[in-house]
Amino acid sequence: MASITFREVEGSSMKYWLLFGGLGLFVLFGALAWNTMHHYGHVVTGMDNQIVWGLPHVFAVFLIVAASGALNVASIASVFNKPMYKPLAPLSAILSLALMLGGLLVLVLDLGRSDRLIVAMTHFNFKSMFTWNVFLYSGFFGLVGIYLWTMLDRSVKSYSKAAGTAAFIWRLVLTTGTGSLFGFLIARELYGTAMLAPMFIIMSFAYGLAIYLMVLAAAYAWTGRTLGDAVMMRLKGLLVVFVAAVLYFIVVHHLTNLYFAKFHGVEAFILRDGGIFTTLFWVGQIVIGCVAPLVILLSGLGKQRTWIMVACGLVIAGGMAQMYVTIIGAQAYPLDMFPGLIEKSSFYDGVVHGYTPSLPELFLGLGGVAIALLVTTFAIKVLRLLPASLDDTTVAKLEH
Amino acid sequence: MSKLKPMSDQVPASPERRRFVGAATATAAGLTIAPGVMLYQVAHGRPEEQAASSAVRWGMLVDATKCATGCDDCVTACSTENGWTPVAESKHPKQAPQWIRKLELQDPLTQMETNLPMMCQHCAEPPCVDVCPTGASFKRADGIVLVNRHTCIGCRYCMMACPYKARSLVHEDLDDTQKPDVPRGIGCVESCTLCVQKIDRGDGNTACAEACTAAGHNALLFGDMNDPESEISKRLRELPTKQVRADLNLNLGVRYHGI
Amino acid sequence: MKRLLALGAVVLTTAAMAWAGSDNPPKADGAPKPVITKAVKGEQCVEDTDYMRRNHMKVLDGHRDKTVIEGIRTKKYSLKECINCHASETTGSVAAAKDDFCVSCHSYAAVKIDCFDCHSTKPQGSIAMHSLNAETAHYKHKLAAQATSKVSVEEMAGVAQ
Repeated sequence: MASITFREVEGSSMKYWLLFGGLGLFVLFGALAWNTMHHYGHVVTGMDNQIVWGLPHVFAVFLIVAASGALNVASIASVFNKPMYKPLAPLSAILSLALMLGGLLVLVLDLGRSDRLIVAMTHFNFKSMFTWNVFLYSGFFGLVGIYLWTMLDRSVKSYSKAAGTAAFIWRLVLTTGTGSLFGFLIARELYGTAMLAPMFIIMSFAYGLAIYLMVLAAAYAWTGRTLGDAVMMRLKGLLVVFVAAVLYFIVVHHLTNLYFAKFHGVEAFILRDGGIFTTLFWVGQIVIGCVAPLVILLSGLGKQRTWIMVACGLVIAGGMAQMYVTIIGAQAYPLDMFPGLIEKSSFYDGVVHGYTPSLPELFLGLGGVAIALLVTTFAIKVLRLLPASLDDTTVAKLEH
Repeated sequence: MSKLKPMSDQVPASPERRRFVGAATATAAGLTIAPGVMLYQVAHGRPEEQAASSAVRWGMLVDATKCATGCDDCVTACSTENGWTPVAESKHPKQAPQWIRKLELQDPLTQMETNLPMMCQHCAEPPCVDVCPTGASFKRADGIVLVNRHTCIGCRYCMMACPYKARSLVHEDLDDTQKPDVPRGIGCVESCTLCVQKIDRGDGNTACAEACTAAGHNALLFGDMNDPESEISKRLRELPTKQVRADLNLNLGVRYHGI
Repeated sequence: MKRLLALGAVVLTTAAMAWAGSDNPPKADGAPKPVITKAVKGEQCVEDTDYMRRNHMKVLDGHRDKTVIEGIRTKKYSLKECINCHASETTGSVAAAKDDFCVSCHSYAAVKIDCFDCHSTKPQGSIAMHSLNAETAHYKHKLAAQATSKVSVEEMAGVAQ
């Protein structure tokens, strides 16, 4: 097998520091947003006692799900022994760590008492999915960190497969945990199903790979390194499979619900009468997130790099729409305490709950994205994560 | 002064441990408490140094057929007792906490209307307790579901899990408007406590039930559901009652008649 | 990596030196000294003053769990009783003004109090109206005589450590 040279990105150009500064600015905005929310309380957000989880959770859950998905490229290399993916693995690992960090920060900084984070680390209720997730997230950092070490340090290289396998299994459990945050809720019609765990796993494959592809292409384009078509086309093929699988899960989930009379109300809300949520479902989740990328990637357009990037962008946008519908749409539909009766109260029972995200929430979420990208940008400067070249001949040699 | 030892005040033998508050206060309190203690026993009370017991299960019977349309005395009484701002006076009504609310129901087919108060149902199997990451949401031995604000981190997972929308987050600073007996504050989740401060004091009733009785409706009856001789147990034996979302099998502490 | 370690070492050393430096008697004209007002009621706290200065947080912490979780509402070590005795005569609170009992020391020691985000800083009812306070009205002359006693800075520095 041919060896691949990994090299740090020089990172001294004006362009690098502009990118770095730009991302840093959004991290700063995120910090200011948190400070505002912490100082005034959640009264400055659009969240209320009806929509209790809002835009920060959309960003946080999306980033956490994408984080575990971004590790997939590395898993294919070490767990499934595909040598072509080996040079792509270090970036995959660092990106997954960075995305996880961004997502978790958004999640914990949105807490009503974010100053009491230490309580969450010292008091545990093991019946809570949230508690399990605390351990799953910490373990993820540990295992992926070790895995990254085995990839970067020749002296521990022989442990790479073991570490990679452990990280892969862990990430499957982790996304099961993330999906079960919602799956283990009895109160709301759209949750409370085992379907959410595998659905979140397959979504993580798609979102994580889309982000990975965009970061990879950007890193190579902006540093003037060669990224051959062989790599792009292989990853593109993978993305097609994942996006199609996401679509399959969404269809099965809603078809199942449509068969049960007790779910007719909430299904009608999401699919037909839900206003913004219906639009986000059909236009965002289905068309932008699934159908359009599939058409682009499977047609002749999918041979052009620009269109592959467009498809990745659409998958990410669709993923955000999906999270919005899953998290906020499910809360917007009123709880059905008295089936068949019309409910009215001062606490907005029986009415669809409106939600307008505020600026602090938006900037807190964007801050999480910025921190993920900032960490990645910095990591490729200080660590040897990126192969010096991924041209087709170098990659072809790996296959033999 | 310390000759008159109050019943509840345990004075340790150790000489360096001092009497609390000052003897005058303790004596005065002791004198007033002593006859009160007798009353507590009748009202199912317990000495203040004794922990809440699982032999008791506090609960409430709501008779929706007696709940008057347009009356919200229970809601007002709750807000006065527990110090939360009534939603009508709040600057942010959608974010204002509501521990109890009047619910108006109508059958679209028969036009039949029903009124009832809705609050924390004090489940025996509370979903909010299951999902709470820190254990801040908990069920006390006597069946009252509470939030320990010392460990609540404001994640709102319990609000996502509650099928009754019984919980609220305090969205803004309360600026020291809290009642000394009812601590509550920004960033923490809260809900009906069955007036736990009144129960521990030995009142044997909640503010909402007292208000309903005072208004002459008698739609709310509070008591120990474990005691077969209690008024609530007797009524529950006679009256057909239902649990809201009985399909979830949560074994509720609040039972409704006439729904 | 080495640079990071070096930076960490510098930060730690500086912190350690700052800590060691606090052993020296603090400058008298440094931070404003805490104003410890004598409690309105009672002659003696539930424990010695020295013990309470160092351990009030521990006993409050133990008592709060007993109260919230088990429903045990004994008066000893109860925050409500601290407030009943220590609320200021002027503000009626332990934390409304900067000289009030809890705030005065805590701001001197730079320790954030979390209690009063949730707990009322005032006794039940107004101080004179409260039944428990009615008999303590005769303590007021004592209070006026003692007014405010300033704690020595050395003493506070000891407590803070």
